[in-house]
This record gives sequence, structure tokens and C-alpha cells, in this order.
Amino acid sequence: MYIIIVGGGRLGYSLTKALLGEGHEILVIERNAVVCDEINKELGSICLRGDACETAIQAQAGTGRADMLIAVTGGDEDNLVACQVGKYRFNVPRTIARVRDPRNEVIFKKLGVDVTVNSTNIILEHIEHEVPSHPLTHLFCITGDQRELEILEIRADSGEAVGKTLNDIELPDKAVLSLVIRPDEKPFVPRGDTTFRKGDQIIAVAPAEVEDTLRQLLAG
Amino acid sequence: MKVIIMGCGRVGAQLAALLDAEGHEVTALDTDSYSFRRLPAEFKGTALMGNGLEEETLKKAGIEQADAFVAVTEGDNRNVMAAQMAKKIFNVPKVLCRIYDPLRRDLYTILGLEALSPTTIFAELLKEKLES
Repeated sequence: MYIIIVGGGRLGYSLTKALLGEGHEILVIERNAVVCDEINKELGSICLRGDACETAIQAQAGTGRADMLIAVTGGDEDNLVACQVGKYRFNVPRTIARVRDPRNEVIFKKLGVDVTVNSTNIILEHIEHEVPSHPLTHLFCITGDQRELEILEIRADSGEAVGKTLNDIELPDKAVLSLVIRPDEKPFVPRGDTTFRKGDQIIAVAPAEVEDTLRQLLAG
Repeated sequence: MKVIIMGCGRVGAQLAALLDAEGHEVTALDTDSYSFRRLPAEFKGTALMGNGLEEETLKKAGIEQADAFVAVTEGDNRNVMAAQMAKKIFNVPKVLCRIYDPLRRDLYTILGLEALSPTTIFAELLKEKLES
């Protein structure tokens, strides 16, 4: 794949190194000449100096044939514009932006960025996972136009579904309970007659908006 | 009409003063309160300190009732982002933004933003003056 990385800071550099290691063709666009020189010295001449928010620079970088553009500068608005220039001017199929302010995730998606990566949320998810008492953990989010689905891990506790069978509970719209993990048992797919117990770890697939209802139902 | 002006630099402050003098309801928004010194003494509008890239700040500035939004900070990308938020998230009827970079301006014009490039405008003006 031909991947363009905007921003050669610490994150951009590590990302470039990792993706190069996977055998991708990478080009970094970086504004700072010193940073640019360092990358070229370290990794071979793969860094283009310039402002990736300018169409002229993206044209020079051959963005038209890029499979992906990843914007990881420290400025949210710069990442947004770099992605939009790539997407709308050069038709890059997939654009990814780093966001520093978690509130920008929704805004960026509304404005056409395909994927947003937000370090705050990633760290939060890890913390959720490491704290066993946490009733709900986000495992994965399937995003895209109008199809936002979450894969969640919910720990059954005192919710009203506990002690009832799958047939007896009313699940929120479009939510599926897909796996039950129980101590000393093999994980299994719940059937109509499966009774949920306190302490069950349940993997659910559901739209983001019913997350709270599910938590209520199982964790209480 | 109710207008929010993001960026209280020379252009922002002057526009705020002009609209205010005409009796419009003006809110000047800037991250640096020192910028508000540029507003004239008789300015009757609101000077609000805050970052226009944050939804809460825009709401505080009254974007949900605004008739117009103008983004004139020093940063092209900041202006682009704020203008898109005003237009696409808050559905402000009239949104204008300044983009210094003429190429970037062209792109965002295609994307439906009403963007002006002072670079182009001024260069053309100078050329006209030279030729006259």
C-alpha cells in the first residue's frame, strides 16, 4: 500500500518505522526542515518537506495514487484539513486523523474523515479493561457512514436480566448478545434457554446508542 | 441580525465595530482577551473569550440563534474547521471564512464554503492599480 503520513513528530516517526517494517510504501510530509532531515537520515529519503494542507504539496507527494492518508500532527484542525484535502481533492480512499480533543471525534466524522484515533479514549479503554469491576468495556467500534456498531464486554451483576433466560428478556433494538464467558466453562453462544448468571462476562454487539440500556439490563 | 465573529484581530475587530455601529447584534470571539482592546470604546456587543473550535464555546456565543458566522483568525485551518462546524453542525444560514492560501480556498469553495482569500483579492487589486 502507498500510505502518506502527515506530521513527522514522535508519533509520525514511530508509525512510519512500523509501517515501513510491514513493507508498505511510505511518504512523510513534514513542515519542519530539521525534523525532515532527521527522518531522511534515519529511515532513507522518505520525507517531503512542506505543508500537507496545501494542495500543491499533496500533488507533489503523489497523493492521487495513495491508498491511505494518516494525519498525526499535534493540531486537530491541521489534521482535519490535511485529510479533507486528501479525500476531496485527491480521492484518497481512506483518511485517518489523530484527534487530541476527544470532542472532535464526532465533528471530524461529520466532516468526512473516515477514521479518527484518539489517544485519550484508547488509554481509557485499556484502563476499563484492567479494572475488573468496570461493568462495561468497549472492545471495538465498527464505524462508517451510518453504521456505528460497538462490540462491548458487559459484566452481569444485578441487572434485571440476571436469572432470566435469553427468551425472557427484552433486548434493545439491533442489539445481539453473542458470547457468554463463565468461569470454568468454555465460552459459548447464548441460546434462547440460556440463563444469565451474576459474574457472566457477556460480549454484545450493539449500536452505540443502546449501550446504556444494555448496561442497565445486565449490570444493573 | 445576530453575527458571531471568530478572531478579534484587525479585520475581526473592525468588522465587529462596523456591524455594531449599524445596530446588529455582534459577538466577538477570541482565545486571547488582549485582542479585545481593538474593539472601539462604544462597542455595544459581546466580547467572549474562548476557543471557537469547541462546540460549547460556540453555543455559549449563541451559535444556535446566529444568522451569520465569520471566521477570521490567523490560521487558515482553524477558520476552515470553525466555518464547517457553523455550517454543517449548527446550520448557520450565512457562513464566511478567510483562507489566505488561494489553492486551499479553491478547494473549500468547491466543498461549499464561502471562503475569501485576501491574498488573491489584494494581488488583483494591486494589479488593477498598477495598470490604471
